[in-house]
Amino acid sequence: MLAVSNLTSRYGRIEVLHGISLEVRTGEVVTLVGSNGAGKSTLLRAISGVQPVSSGSIMFDEQAIGKWRPHVRVAKGIAQVPEGRQIFTPLTVDENLRLGGITRRDDGVSADLAEMYAMFPALGEFRNKTAGTLSGGQQQMLAIGRALMARPKLLLLDEPSMGLAPVLVEQIFTTIGMLKARGLTILLVEQNANAALAIADRGYVIETGRIVTTGTGKELLSDERVRNAYLGL
Amino acid sequence: MTVGAIYALVALGFTLIYNSSDVANFAQGEFVMLGGMVTFFGYAAGLPLFVAAVLAIVVAAVVGLLLYRLAIEPARRASPVTLIIITIGASIFIRGVTAIVLDKNFHSLPSFFGNEPFVIGGATLLPQSLVVMFGVSLVLIALWLFMSRTLRGKSLLATAANRTAAQLTGINTRAVTSTAFVISAAIGAIGGVLATPITLTYYDAGTLLALKGFAAAVLGGMGNPLGAVVGGLVLGLLEQFSAGYLSSQYKDAVAFIVILLVLFTMPQGLFGAKSVERV
Repeated sequence: MLAVSNLTSRYGRIEVLHGISLEVRTGEVVTLVGSNGAGKSTLLRAISGVQPVSSGSIMFDEQAIGKWRPHVRVAKGIAQVPEGRQIFTPLTVDENLRLGGITRRDDGVSADLAEMYAMFPALGEFRNKTAGTLSGGQQQMLAIGRALMARPKLLLLDEPSMGLAPVLVEQIFTTIGMLKARGLTILLVEQNANAALAIADRGYVIETGRIVTTGTGKELLSDERVRNAYLGL
Repeated sequence: MTVGAIYALVALGFTLIYNSSDVANFAQGEFVMLGGMVTFFGYAAGLPLFVAAVLAIVVAAVVGLLLYRLAIEPARRASPVTLIIITIGASIFIRGVTAIVLDKNFHSLPSFFGNEPFVIGGATLLPQSLVVMFGVSLVLIALWLFMSRTLRGKSLLATAANRTAAQLTGINTRAVTSTAFVISAAIGAIGGVLATPITLTYYDAGTLLALKGFAAAVLGGMGNPLGAVVGGLVLGLLEQFSAGYLSSQYKDAVAFIVILLVLFTMPQGLFGAKSVERV
């Protein structure tokens, strides 16, 4: 579904991604593990089109999407839950979700909205409150709900468990498991490598802008180097 | 109060553009000038006043769109100061073209409902002043409805709140910002149409209006639409009081004194955003 090859990207003169190649197949959950500043978020931003790419290609459903503008990529099926949630704090929960479906041309938006409230009951309770008043966990649910409203084929999740209490982290991973069970294709970036690799079909380890190793979730979980570097074992 | 209402419109246009693109648009006053000037020439050419006014608003809106597409958007990544300089350059350009294509004289428009003043409780009021107030109120209501009831309005608010997140959500932020420029140019032009019967207009009228609109926006709290309106009205009143109690020669200085006082004592303005961040 998604094939990134030899992607490089830079902030000003400093190159941060040095030829990244990875692949996500339909129905897979793929996780990208790496430390702070390794380029995980940059890669997701490049896939969504909000980070300039200097060379390499991004293919989505057999089409080169490198020149598409961000909103076109969403319309074609790539939605992202950005790092730090980035919900529209002055707008209400309901408005946030409705904006999530702004690229939709079908008439299923209301039905999906009802489904989001069923999936995240806390959001239904606060539907007319401004999003900024929600707790961190609820904001993360809202960010996920907003992305799902676009009916994506591929969901990019950037650090969904960051800064949340353990019980909420568990809830987020339960949600991801549920989305996986429904057949959604997911590319997950996480610092919580343990939980991410456990849920993922495959994983990539990224270090300072390069993919250093790849394998199934299980293989990486038992890989000595990965265990030392990212699992703290 | 009439002048204040016009400042409020300019400040509102300022705020719209500032929110959606972080640009302080010092060409905002030119839209007001275009509103008045184009209406006058349309009217002089024999068009009915209303048609001439609509034409002027459309012209200003197109100029607003071109300003964004040709001058601001290509310089998207430039620093705020560079962008301000671009808008100042654009304003000089618009003024120059107006002076050449139209002319350099002062013009007025007939009042929409005659010049017979009427008296309410000892105060005399021109019918046109009421037209201004009424028109400004209508603009505010229309804008409010657009922002609070339509998905397009919401996407403008979302882009203002968080541009990157808006892009990731699938909002076409370039179209949204274009819309903001068009709306804010149209608002400015409406102000020009309404005010010209009272204040006169000429090709160079926009500069001072832009600065005063900026002062009003700063007074109200940069980025807050309600603040912009209140700031405009307050600034208009302050000017009139100073003209009445001190000297009308100092009238224009009021706006600048206001900017300085606001920046020294309460940089967030009257309704400035209280920055709350949840972690």
